[in-house]
Amino acid sequence: MRFPTASSPFVHGGGAVDRVMLQVLLALVPGTLAMFWYFGWGVLYNILICTGVAVAAEAAILRLRRRPVRATLADLSVVVTAWLLGLALPPLTPWWLPAAGSLFAVVVAKHLFGGLGYNPFNPAMAGYVLLIISFPTEMTHWIAPSVLAEVRLGPLESLRHVFTGVLPEGLAWDALASATPLDTMRTQLLMNRTIEEIRTSPLWGDFGGRGWEWIGNWYLLGGLWLVWRRVADWRIPAGFLGALVAISTVFYLADPDTHPFPAFHVFSGGALLGAFFIATDPVTAASTPRGRWIYGAGIGLLTFVIRAWGGYPDGVAFAVLLMNMAAPTIDYFTRPRTYGHRSPGDLEP
Amino acid sequence: MYAPGEKLWHFHGGIRLDGQRELSTGRPLGAVPLSAEFVVPVQQHIGQAGDVLVREGQHVHRGQQLTQVREYIGAPVHAPTSGKVIAIENRPVPHPSGLEGLCVVIEADGRDDWGDARLEPLEDYRALSPGRIRRRVRKCGIVGLGGAAFPTAAKINPLHEQRIHTLVLNGAECEPYITCDDTLLRHHAAEVVEGARILMHTLGGPERCLIAVEEDMPEAYEALREVLGGTSSGSFRLVSIPSIYPTGSEKQLIQVLTGREVPADGLPADIGVVCQNVATARAVYRAVVHGEPLIERIVTVTGRGVSEPGNHLVRIGTPVHEVIAHAGGYVEPVQWLLMGGPMMGVALHDDAVPVVKATNCLLAARRGELRAAGPVLPCIRCGECVRVCPARLLPHELYRLARAAEFDRAQEYDLFDCIECGCCAYVCPSHLPLVHYYRYAKSEIRDLERERQAADRARRRHEFRLERLEREKRERAERLAKKKAAVSHKADPERKKAAVQAAVQRAQARKAARGDTAPTED
Ligand code: SF4
Ligand code: SF4
Repeated sequence: MRFPTASSPFVHGGGAVDRVMLQVLLALVPGTLAMFWYFGWGVLYNILICTGVAVAAEAAILRLRRRPVRATLADLSVVVTAWLLGLALPPLTPWWLPAAGSLFAVVVAKHLFGGLGYNPFNPAMAGYVLLIISFPTEMTHWIAPSVLAEVRLGPLESLRHVFTGVLPEGLAWDALASATPLDTMRTQLLMNRTIEEIRTSPLWGDFGGRGWEWIGNWYLLGGLWLVWRRVADWRIPAGFLGALVAISTVFYLADPDTHPFPAFHVFSGGALLGAFFIATDPVTAASTPRGRWIYGAGIGLLTFVIRAWGGYPDGVAFAVLLMNMAAPTIDYFTRPRTYGHRSPGDLEP
Repeated sequence: MYAPGEKLWHFHGGIRLDGQRELSTGRPLGAVPLSAEFVVPVQQHIGQAGDVLVREGQHVHRGQQLTQVREYIGAPVHAPTSGKVIAIENRPVPHPSGLEGLCVVIEADGRDDWGDARLEPLEDYRALSPGRIRRRVRKCGIVGLGGAAFPTAAKINPLHEQRIHTLVLNGAECEPYITCDDTLLRHHAAEVVEGARILMHTLGGPERCLIAVEEDMPEAYEALREVLGGTSSGSFRLVSIPSIYPTGSEKQLIQVLTGREVPADGLPADIGVVCQNVATARAVYRAVVHGEPLIERIVTVTGRGVSEPGNHLVRIGTPVHEVIAHAGGYVEPVQWLLMGGPMMGVALHDDAVPVVKATNCLLAARRGELRAAGPVLPCIRCGECVRVCPARLLPHELYRLARAAEFDRAQEYDLFDCIECGCCAYVCPSHLPLVHYYRYAKSEIRDLERERQAADRARRRHEFRLERLEREKRERAERLAKKKAAVSHKADPERKKAAVQAAVQRAQARKAARGDTAPTED
């Protein structure tokens, strides 16, 4: 009797890219719900617009590139990208902002480089950085979290505002708007106020901005689950947050008046979302075990540097892109020692 | 269940796999009846094939040596039963690409007669020199029975400075599904231990012998404990190790037991360790004490594609389909017929191929039994492969380099340290056929190397020829120069003058002697 032949192994563990991505999306659910709770419908519209545009753009470009459309969309990586970008954008922002960011992320940052697996930069962060450079005003128009807000917009009112910019009768944008805690911290510090003074504002909670500080916990929850499921390598968030805490502690101890306490750094802005969901994007991260420590720590340090001295309130996106560039080099210099070798490259091949 | 005081280490990565042992350990050890025709491949091991000693039409006894090897690394093959050699020709052999190999085909006469083929029993092996035992082991064609089939005699001949301190008996199965070592230990633990003693003697008496079985082999463990009279007796230690694939691989097992790594450019003996499979140890015992060459082994016949999975004693050279038939035949639809396990096994293209010394398992996998990898996607650099690679390689980088045909870089990334265990491909969420690429790259590199060597030889020949021509030219030129020098010697005008003058003087002298003088001017 004759049988087919193939190359071993003949059995597979069952892991799959779409399952990985699906777990990332699941892990984003608590954080997303928290964002929705605090910032209302604008959050969902951002995610929906980003996802819609991203999926359509990927489908179009796959057709252009003559690649299987359905099978590729089914790996869900484009949804993860869009979702992450949507979460990073200010809610109730005009519709074209998420649309433009999403389009750029998918078409330029992902597919111009060859699609999934070949993109050197995290697409969501590339889209985000494009937006913050091109539209700095819109990108810093945040609204107040629900705990502080006097008014909240319903689903239809939000939708109308997103697409037409029209607010309900008698309501001014200022009633909704509020700078983000990082932004406030930055501008107030620039006005030479001490942290002690800044924190007396009702905007502040126990360790970050009121409302804001709790969102981080929900991201943390999802992130820890990802780490436990080994979808995300724990070294990256550990390196990221470890470095962020370490350097902010040093500066805080040296000068507590002008440097916020470490927990503020961790629970503000994109630190937790970035540490567990963005820096852990495997395609653009370092891939060796030691390299992942260095890569994570690099993002943590750069985030701090940009926050403390840079021109933007938050530095996570820039830090991620910078370390994306460094990842191949980090990989090269952190090769593990192969079994039976004294050091990498010790034996002439 | 660790032996008291025995510290264990870990190897990097590895994966927990379902051993599927119960499938084949439920039935007692069977024996496949004699086949009508045996096909004995001449080359069944790493190293050189031997020269065939028999002729077509010749009668052979059971155990009669069929080939002779000259090389140090090599092993002869023997007749599995008595009968007539009906052909010496190329036949399909178990090989990943379905190649043929030279085989001695024997028609059994049914008498299964040893004749005088059995060697003299050497019961008192302690009185023998290690060299004598090694010669016996070599003569009996013993190779590693764990699957690698490395000639055993070459493996138990360490250099003096290697100072072997530990003999490791590998009772850990190489892969899921395989239970032949488990079965062997349940039935023949005493012979295994006796074989180990012979090996200890041959190695010049190492300090200890570690017998390793996996934690999910309690019966084998018990059997050994009974034979040894405890988990530790004299220099023998019985060690139960965690079942993490590929713990049965020599390098990984040595790491688990000793915490040391076999140097990449060396052998276990360089760190004072020799590792032998338990079945090999038993074969050594049979060869030395009973004078029996290696003509049969235990084969696990398993998978849901065979109706009565179990373990059987099988003569080398038995066609695979007869072994399957003895195990109740196929349960269709069979997807793969593997020699070995699902991780490293070889897919047989035809069940007419014979069982060879390296056949530890025949796995008939029904469709759907082994989860196939899904559609292939690009590498997402997730690092799962890095996490599980027992050789601590960067499989995704090797894949990238192999795909791009950057073979030099792949070698810099230690491609040849890959043991092809398949862990990386097993976990890859992008379902990349990683090991396939490594094999491809390795064979390309070997081909290139061969080509380079051939080119080198050609170049050397060419250079040699040029040099010879050059030398001949030089020599000719020298000869010419010498001749010329001789000629010009005569042609020198000064010398000519002097010679003329000398002749004139000689003539004058002669004249003077005769009395007549030359007229003078005055
Ligand atoms: S497991 Fe597969 S997808 Fe992940 S890094 Fe390795 S080769 Fe790439
Ligand atoms: S097959 Fe090679 S690269 Fe893959 S895990 Fe095994 S040793 Fe590592």
